[in-house]
Amino acid sequence: MKLAYWMYAGPAHIGTLRVASSFKNVHAIMHAPLGDDYFNVMRSMLERERDFTPVTASIVDRHVLARGSQEKVVDNISRKDKQERPNLIVLTPTCTSSILQEDLQNFVERASAISDSDIILADVNHYRVNELQAADRTLEQVVRYYLDKARRQGNFNVSLTEKPSANIIGIFTLGFHNQHDCRELKRLLKDLGIEINQVIPEGGFVENLHMLPKAWFNLVPYRETGLMTAKYLEKEFGMSYISTTPMGIVDIANCIRQIQERVNIQYPILLKKKINYETYIDEQTKFISQAAWFSRSIDCQNLTGKKAVVFGDATHAASITKILACEMGIRVSCAGTYCKHDQEWFKEQVQNFCDEIIITDDHTKVGDMIARVEPSAIFGTQMERHIGKRLDIPCGVISSPVHIQNFTLGYRPFLGYEGTNQVADLVYNSFTLGMEDHLLEIFGGHDTKEVITKSLSTDTDLTWNSESLLELNKIPGFVRGKIKRNTEKFARQNGITQITAETMYAAKEALNA
Amino acid sequence: MSIKISETLTFECETGNYHTFCPISCVAWLYQKIEDSFFLVVGTKTCGYFLQNALGVMIFAEPRYAMAELEEGDISAQLNDYQELKRLCLQIKKDRNPSVIIWIGTCTTEIIKMDLEGMAPKLENEIEIPIVVARANGLDYAFTQGEDTVLAAMAHRCPERSFLNNKKQEIKDNRIKDLFSFRFNEIEEKNTKSQNNLIDKTPLVLFGSLPSTVASQLSLELKRQSINISGWLPAQRYTDLPVLGNGIYVCGVNPFLSRTATTLMRRRKCKLIGAPFPIGPDGTRSWIEEICSVFGVKTQGLEEREKQVWDNLTDYINLVRGKSVFFMGDNLLEISLARFLIRCGMIVYEIGIPYMDKRYQAGELRFLQTTCKKMLIPMPRIVEKPDNYNQIQRMRELQPDLAITGMAHANPLEARGINTKWSVEFTFAQIHGFTNAKDILELVTRPLRRNNNLENLAWTNLVK
Repeated sequence: MKLAYWMYAGPAHIGTLRVASSFKNVHAIMHAPLGDDYFNVMRSMLERERDFTPVTASIVDRHVLARGSQEKVVDNISRKDKQERPNLIVLTPTCTSSILQEDLQNFVERASAISDSDIILADVNHYRVNELQAADRTLEQVVRYYLDKARRQGNFNVSLTEKPSANIIGIFTLGFHNQHDCRELKRLLKDLGIEINQVIPEGGFVENLHMLPKAWFNLVPYRETGLMTAKYLEKEFGMSYISTTPMGIVDIANCIRQIQERVNIQYPILLKKKINYETYIDEQTKFISQAAWFSRSIDCQNLTGKKAVVFGDATHAASITKILACEMGIRVSCAGTYCKHDQEWFKEQVQNFCDEIIITDDHTKVGDMIARVEPSAIFGTQMERHIGKRLDIPCGVISSPVHIQNFTLGYRPFLGYEGTNQVADLVYNSFTLGMEDHLLEIFGGHDTKEVITKSLSTDTDLTWNSESLLELNKIPGFVRGKIKRNTEKFARQNGITQITAETMYAAKEALNA
Repeated sequence: MSIKISETLTFECETGNYHTFCPISCVAWLYQKIEDSFFLVVGTKTCGYFLQNALGVMIFAEPRYAMAELEEGDISAQLNDYQELKRLCLQIKKDRNPSVIIWIGTCTTEIIKMDLEGMAPKLENEIEIPIVVARANGLDYAFTQGEDTVLAAMAHRCPERSFLNNKKQEIKDNRIKDLFSFRFNEIEEKNTKSQNNLIDKTPLVLFGSLPSTVASQLSLELKRQSINISGWLPAQRYTDLPVLGNGIYVCGVNPFLSRTATTLMRRRKCKLIGAPFPIGPDGTRSWIEEICSVFGVKTQGLEEREKQVWDNLTDYINLVRGKSVFFMGDNLLEISLARFLIRCGMIVYEIGIPYMDKRYQAGELRFLQTTCKKMLIPMPRIVEKPDNYNQIQRMRELQPDLAITGMAHANPLEARGINTKWSVEFTFAQIHGFTNAKDILELVTRPLRRNNNLENLAWTNLVK
């Protein structure tokens, strides 16, 4: 048992439902007790969905507990089959139903015999994988199912499209800025002269999945979901995939160069010429995206060496860490992720770009880390935003879990060249504006707030004399607490009980040394 | 309209495929109500994720509730439940030092048959904090019924009235530790005091969790009729639970408390006053009248008071009069709300409700019937364990002016031109007593007022 107040990633069935309900005309039936269908609430509220979420529950109640589901699940499946005529019904076990150990596969087989829809049982272990891993698995399972089906029916077309084309894998419902990212990726690929073969699962039709192998390559923008599918397609059909997230100028260029490489393997055979995207990258980097210019501008100069902390899912946390460190000259004191299952990759990615790495799914550890580091800004999830509020540190939200505010109506991609602009804005707005900062320092702050008495230091044996208090009040409000703590720490270390202005200066020097 | 509407109350029962919140959501309001409590939900990630999402920002405010998240080792019994719970409860004691820990049993603890009731007394002795066990799981209950299970469990912990005559019993009970017996002395003192002027302390305990302002508003209404209640279940603090026992009258303030009512009657030998619930001015008046008649008190100025409230509501009533409403059903407040809205001049097509206790709600059902007769409108159908899919088909046909529904359906219905109001808001808003009748109508009319503002934009149907 674990005492838990908050979790970064949800339970496994949420991942399955997110994938299932992202496809068009796919219905999910949860084998779950009453009240477990709050996924519908999340989708309806956060995504502001206009359509009914295609998820229903086959309720597990006291009777089911006593006698087993018997006909209930099969009836619910065939009823949904008649009502909605979906292409596919995904029977989704929940943590409750998985310990009942009913033979759900048997229900699926019986229901298949009397339904027109395809029916599969989501193959996910509730106690071993989280939401993101489950989504990854379910997507692979659905793709595998339809490719196997096509192979059986001999209805298979593995010939490549005439023009270079790509599948985008892993865009789905309730994903962090997924809709905007998808639009931006499509635009990027269009600029490169590459057609979109399919985008899955969002808005995709399962009956088209057998045409996935027609694409020249697969693009997996987020590590959390889609990699399993891409690897499966590589193994079965020799399709290569690109998993470099096109976030930040450097990685977009990396990603485009990989695309160029993939396309050039096929191009000479099919189109008898080689392509080169270098001029495109150069043009976009220097003149279309404003981020490169921003990093040279004097605004960004003021951010040099400022401390930041990054936390989120593996994809976003790694990309943002690299952007802050390489593209903006900000010092990332600590970078971390809650995707424990992908920690090797994460560590390798951020190793040289931050002072310290934290891998945890315990938000209190993240909170303690932030309190200890005292960064000028945090880039994290909704949880870190609240930690920031408590500690009076600004926070930019860069990864799920998120609130409804992060399902923006306006166009806010994180990927692609427009994404670089959005990220630059987010980063810049999160730090106290440079000039404001400077002026506050010169004029000793404009606020008349009292010295923060509720500080992290617990000792009360330290006294500040009037002179030192006066000096402390000259320090701008937003760093005053920190200076106070540092001074007290220094005083305690050196056995000083009466703090004078000299002590403050000595503390400052000791810290700088 | 193809759907038959009869003159008498008709009850139907559908498939039970409906959307509602899990009953563990009751911790959200109960932990705020009972200030010295700590709620420990023994369940899985699924439960935790629900609480986290359903309770939104509350989660960040250092709440006095947490998950005891079951892991694979707990499910397969590789870990010892008792030791695990002891470890967590000791940590809670250290960090928060609550006066009571309430274990909320979930579906998973039911299925793996974790003996929470058996472990609680043992652990309670060991860690010296009372532990109350409530099985608020989705296998048996819906949404607000969670509170019912908690209050029913708590009813067992209320001090016994007869101990006044038998002080030795208190010493015998080894569960009661120093702090606790100190409390008992205090109660005793209070009770001896109140026995001196018994005339102004009626042996009446109200049950149901209400925000403290609403609770004092209702107490004040009764005081005007010279009825001074002797306590609330739950009180503001666990250590202030009311005295119960033979000769104590109890009355519910919410329609979903049937288990608590049964427990109070059968186990604590209290007498239940069956009344409509104090929702809406009509309900409030009728509730007060029932209570007064039990104690042989002649009510004073109630009629004028009710009329005055109705007069103040005129603007709202003009908005809702003649409009139709459809309750999809998810929180058991539906009968009382429907009765109030009918009295406001609305037409109710259907009252969906998760569970209908005809005995506990008898007063309310009778009142619904008389209200329909009085307002000359047909009796609505009452659908227990509704089927949301069928309801949506019926709604397509009936095109109600307002659907009171859960959040899962609200946006999709709005996109199809049907006005909706989230039903959960009625659970969290203050809707009891004369004073808060306006708040109910404020909620009900919000979509209608929104329509008045957006009337000429032709944007009602927003699906392709």
